[in-house]
Amino acid sequence: MKSLKFIGLALGASLALSTAALAQDTPIGVAGPMTGGESAFGRQMKNGAEQAVADLNAAGGVLGKKLSLQVGDDACDPKQARSVAEKFASAKIPFVAGHYCSSSSIPASEAYAEGNVLQITPASTNPVFTERKLWNVARVCGRDDQQGAIAGDYIAKNFKGKNVAILHDKTTYGKGLADETKKALNKAGVTEKMFESYNKGDKDFTAIVSRMKRDNIDLVYVGGYHQESGLLVRQMRDQGMKTALMAGDALADKEFASITGPAGEGTLFTFGPDPRNKPTAKAIVEKFKAKGIDPEGYTLYTYAAIQVWAQAAAKAGTIDPKKVMAAIKAGTWDTVIGKISYDAKGDIKVIDYVVYKWDAKGNYAEIKAKGS
Amino acid sequence: MDYFAQQLINGLVLGSIYGLIAIGYTMVYGIVGMINFAHGDIFMIGGFIAMISFLVLISFGLTAVPVILLVMLLVSMAITALYGWTVERIAYRPLRHSFRLAPMLSAIGMSFILSNFAQVAQGARVKPIPPIITGGHTLHEGATGFNVQLSNIQIVVVVTTMVLLALFTWLVSRTRLGRDMRACEQDQTMAALLGVDVDRTISFTFVIGAALAAVAGMMYLLYYGLVDFFMGFVAGIKAFTAAVLGGIGSLPGAMLGGLAIGLIETFWSAYFSVEYKDVAAFSILIVVLIFLPTGLLGRPEVEKV
Repeated sequence: MKSLKFIGLALGASLALSTAALAQDTPIGVAGPMTGGESAFGRQMKNGAEQAVADLNAAGGVLGKKLSLQVGDDACDPKQARSVAEKFASAKIPFVAGHYCSSSSIPASEAYAEGNVLQITPASTNPVFTERKLWNVARVCGRDDQQGAIAGDYIAKNFKGKNVAILHDKTTYGKGLADETKKALNKAGVTEKMFESYNKGDKDFTAIVSRMKRDNIDLVYVGGYHQESGLLVRQMRDQGMKTALMAGDALADKEFASITGPAGEGTLFTFGPDPRNKPTAKAIVEKFKAKGIDPEGYTLYTYAAIQVWAQAAAKAGTIDPKKVMAAIKAGTWDTVIGKISYDAKGDIKVIDYVVYKWDAKGNYAEIKAKGS
Repeated sequence: MDYFAQQLINGLVLGSIYGLIAIGYTMVYGIVGMINFAHGDIFMIGGFIAMISFLVLISFGLTAVPVILLVMLLVSMAITALYGWTVERIAYRPLRHSFRLAPMLSAIGMSFILSNFAQVAQGARVKPIPPIITGGHTLHEGATGFNVQLSNIQIVVVVTTMVLLALFTWLVSRTRLGRDMRACEQDQTMAALLGVDVDRTISFTFVIGAALAAVAGMMYLLYYGLVDFFMGFVAGIKAFTAAVLGGIGSLPGAMLGGLAIGLIETFWSAYFSVEYKDVAAFSILIVVLIFLPTGLLGRPEVEKV
């Protein structure tokens, strides 16, 4: 009993200490898959958030207070995301940039809403995230119905009369994206020859690959993450197939190329116009490069999410999440990825997805649309 | 027909990998009568050590593929065997005469320790390596443009598995060590009275099981091109199922079970729906166990009086 009491005291003391430390700073959070299969993207988010906080602090912080960054790890697991969210809420953190996987962002957003936390996701593209009319959510990326429309349009134009297969990994993100793409494709008059799913985490795709070989599939669209897409490409080439693979924004990390090796050449994916090339990002990209980090994928999006919040808080004159959210939806924000303004749901108004292609050296570049 | 042949190849390769891991489960169960739940993670460790030794060799500028493969194999077998020995020594031997559940719980704990250790030491990210064994053969050019393709790495996986299975069947049935193992399996007390060093024999069993897991880990790394700290879990569950399906305790049974699971998964995905491949594999396991409670090649347990 005595030792229990002692532990309780020690815990209490350390809690008091940590809150004392936090009292001087405004804590904000970044949450994403810091471990697990999607950790490459968690690291992008952490890099972006750390740089944003450092830059804001160097400029005097927000409302005269420095920011301190708390990192939450959801491992792309809905349950863990929810517990990260509850932890952040009970620590009275006013703002979180996160999460990555849609299946994490959606359950977490409910805990944030109850706990009075504002959430801006840099990366979750599933429409449901903003469709539930929660007061506290916004995103700086696009939505899968837009992404799917672009992908479907591209496929209909460039693979007319060819055989198309659609696969997804049954996750909120993967299935959502596959469904949207199928919808867009069917509307354009193309019917897919195959619509199947696999399990996230599968390594052996040889059976599906042979099936696509039998059906003479020319293009496979994957609603899923980069690890499985990479293995699919590799196993397709091993079976002597030239089938192209197309996927969504989850392929925007160099790790994809290190899984496929040169086999990844020609793989397509949709993503926002490369934020690294925007004039607004030039100075910050230089800063990342100086630290030896390539700010690819969602790095700059996370940076932008924190910028939106910081500018809105400064304008609202408070960090009270509800007031800041009202300010966010009313204003226009200058971010590293360009000017952003919001609709009432928390989606950004101008969204432009473009198609990228991987080359044999493991780099990706935007392909310019034909004839436009 | 071509399609069937291609899927048969896919299933055999997948089944060989399951079988290789399953042998480790079955050997330990046969002799100690416990299920070594940490075996899947030993397999993962083997994959990691193969990956690390590959990177080290490359950094020394070595490019001769056969040399690289041989060194990778030996290093990963040796170090993984050391892991197997250590796990037995610290987690299982002290509990051998405890109640039956104790070593099993200790094994589950060990499984967590190993996978968390790999996560902390190596990071949580996927570790890919470039393809080492490349190329393949077109076995049959189909009329409809469907070519049956067999890659070199697939040949390597299946041949390695078959050679190892033959080697270990010989070891258990023909050598002194194998005789000691079978003696311990039947009656440890009696074996000890007749001069068999029971502790040493059991240690050896774990060492051999771990070395086999290392081979499986390396094949996995070469075939799929990546390892991660979590891969031992799913592969371990599948291999354990394979061992039970084949009749736990029987070496050829483990192999047969592995091939059966691999083929069921593949053919189910090929002709029905990919979504339900695991459901199919486990349903067949249940059906087999209803009619053959000891598995395909298992012997019924004889009550020792």
